[in-house]
Amino acid sequence: MGPLVPDVISTNMNLIIALIIGMLFGTILEKAGFSSSRKLVGLFYGYDFTVLRVFFTAGVTGMFGVIVLDHYGFIDINLIYINPTFVGAAIVGGLIMGLGFVIGGYCPGTSVCAASIGKIDAMYYLLGTAVGILIFAEGYPLWEDFYKANNLGYIRVFNSLGMSQSLFALLLTLIAMIAFWATSMIENKVNNVKKPAFRFTPYYLGLTAAGAFIGLSAFYFAPRKDVLLAKVEDPKYVNAYEIEAMTLDEFAYRIMDKDKKMQIFDFRPFTEYEQMSIPRSISFSINNFFEKEPNRLLNIMGRTNVFIANDELTEKKIAIIATELGYENIQILKGGIDQFKSDILEFKPDQPVAKDLNKATVRFRNKASNLIPEMIKNNKPAGKVEKKLKRVVGGC
Amino acid sequence: MNNNYMNSYLAGFLLGLLLVATIYISGRGLGASGAMKSVTIEAVNAIAPTHAENTAYYKEYSEAHQGNPLKSWLVFEVVGVLIGAFVSGLASERLFFKLEKGPHTKSNVRIAGAIFGGILFGFGAQLGRGCTSGAALSGMAVLSTGGIITMLAIFGGAFAFAYFFRKLWL
Repeated sequence: MGPLVPDVISTNMNLIIALIIGMLFGTILEKAGFSSSRKLVGLFYGYDFTVLRVFFTAGVTGMFGVIVLDHYGFIDINLIYINPTFVGAAIVGGLIMGLGFVIGGYCPGTSVCAASIGKIDAMYYLLGTAVGILIFAEGYPLWEDFYKANNLGYIRVFNSLGMSQSLFALLLTLIAMIAFWATSMIENKVNNVKKPAFRFTPYYLGLTAAGAFIGLSAFYFAPRKDVLLAKVEDPKYVNAYEIEAMTLDEFAYRIMDKDKKMQIFDFRPFTEYEQMSIPRSISFSINNFFEKEPNRLLNIMGRTNVFIANDELTEKKIAIIATELGYENIQILKGGIDQFKSDILEFKPDQPVAKDLNKATVRFRNKASNLIPEMIKNNKPAGKVEKKLKRVVGGC
Repeated sequence: MNNNYMNSYLAGFLLGLLLVATIYISGRGLGASGAMKSVTIEAVNAIAPTHAENTAYYKEYSEAHQGNPLKSWLVFEVVGVLIGAFVSGLASERLFFKLEKGPHTKSNVRIAGAIFGGILFGFGAQLGRGCTSGAALSGMAVLSTGGIITMLAIFGGAFAFAYFFRKLWL
């Protein structure tokens, strides 16, 4: 699951990746025409809208790409860098950058490209950027309060506007399309070109189709989680599915044995877990399967993962979802916690079930019914699964 | 106009895909001004180490970032940008020294404009926590409210101020 840092891709490897990504970034920017200040500022004077087209297309593509990755569970959105929102600093900083853009003719990324191919003005611009940063750093106490004021955290724009992510994506796409059309009209007028603003050539249609396919796939196909949740509601499907079940006695024995090779995942509601929990069990939920850090626990080599819930059917449904997601070494507890309570924790030799048991089992259960409740009483619940991975630090 | 450039929509599409790949692999977006910050801070550390140790901003930075400022993701990325742009310029025969300016602008005016514009952008990118790449573009891809506010402010500001500087470009 993404992001691939820091486990699949190490910190040092990440730097090599950064170099490669930068090379592609630089190539695309230069090839798009971003190494020319006159082309860049053309946006603000209406003679060249290249920047708007490239920027908006990239933004919309990026947005749909992230939505699609999230939708199919390929990325943990809680771990990627979301630019934090500091309203005042964002507005004033942006306005100052806008002013710098029309006066200087570049933004930092494009100035690097331009300097690289020999634009002398871009080299002076880069020098200026360093001076600007130096001024910010030296005068920091003067604007520190403003810089840190109104921290709204990692909020997403569709939440701020009170709409769904899908609706916002649709609106942004429409705004982009209208902007492309309107700016092409303006551009043609300013440059005295007589061409229709939108031309339906195979090239454009192909590009639009590719974009539309990526974007719409996230809305057409249900998320993987919903598909799996719906599947396990079908009794036929659940009955036909084989999941290994651990007997109550083995489970009890391994608890008493403090067997480290057995990991217990408790899927009951957290309030029930807090009231009574099996020693060394972790409170888990189906959502944890779709998060990066918690699901690493399920992949530890040589461990048996026992899923427990109040009844066996619930356990089986959850185990099926996990198996379908590719997790291995999963067992469920035969009869669930309800039966574990009645047959082990509250075991009485004169219970009706005890009649069918052999003597050794009765002796064992007698011992377990004394020991395990004691262990449960002394146990401090480990709580919900920890999420140690932090959001990636990004931004400029 | 030079026809040697890539179609804008195709370039945007490729840039968008690159951005998604970056987020998937490294968990963060593209950027530029952050690399300039690392270089500037490292320069201050090298030239005036005692000053850097006693100034709030550099202290805050070194607390938040371990190791050498130059060993950062963005510095490597921007070195890549230099290489990539150079190769593209070479392939497209755009590789030569040139001072690009408006048709009625004097060279020294353009140079002064470039420096002053750079100062403003460098300052603004620190205040706004990112530039056109790091805040506006990457912020838009992850639908960050702050990133989109910054984007609107950058482009809105540029449009609003453009009239006053038209002599530089037209």
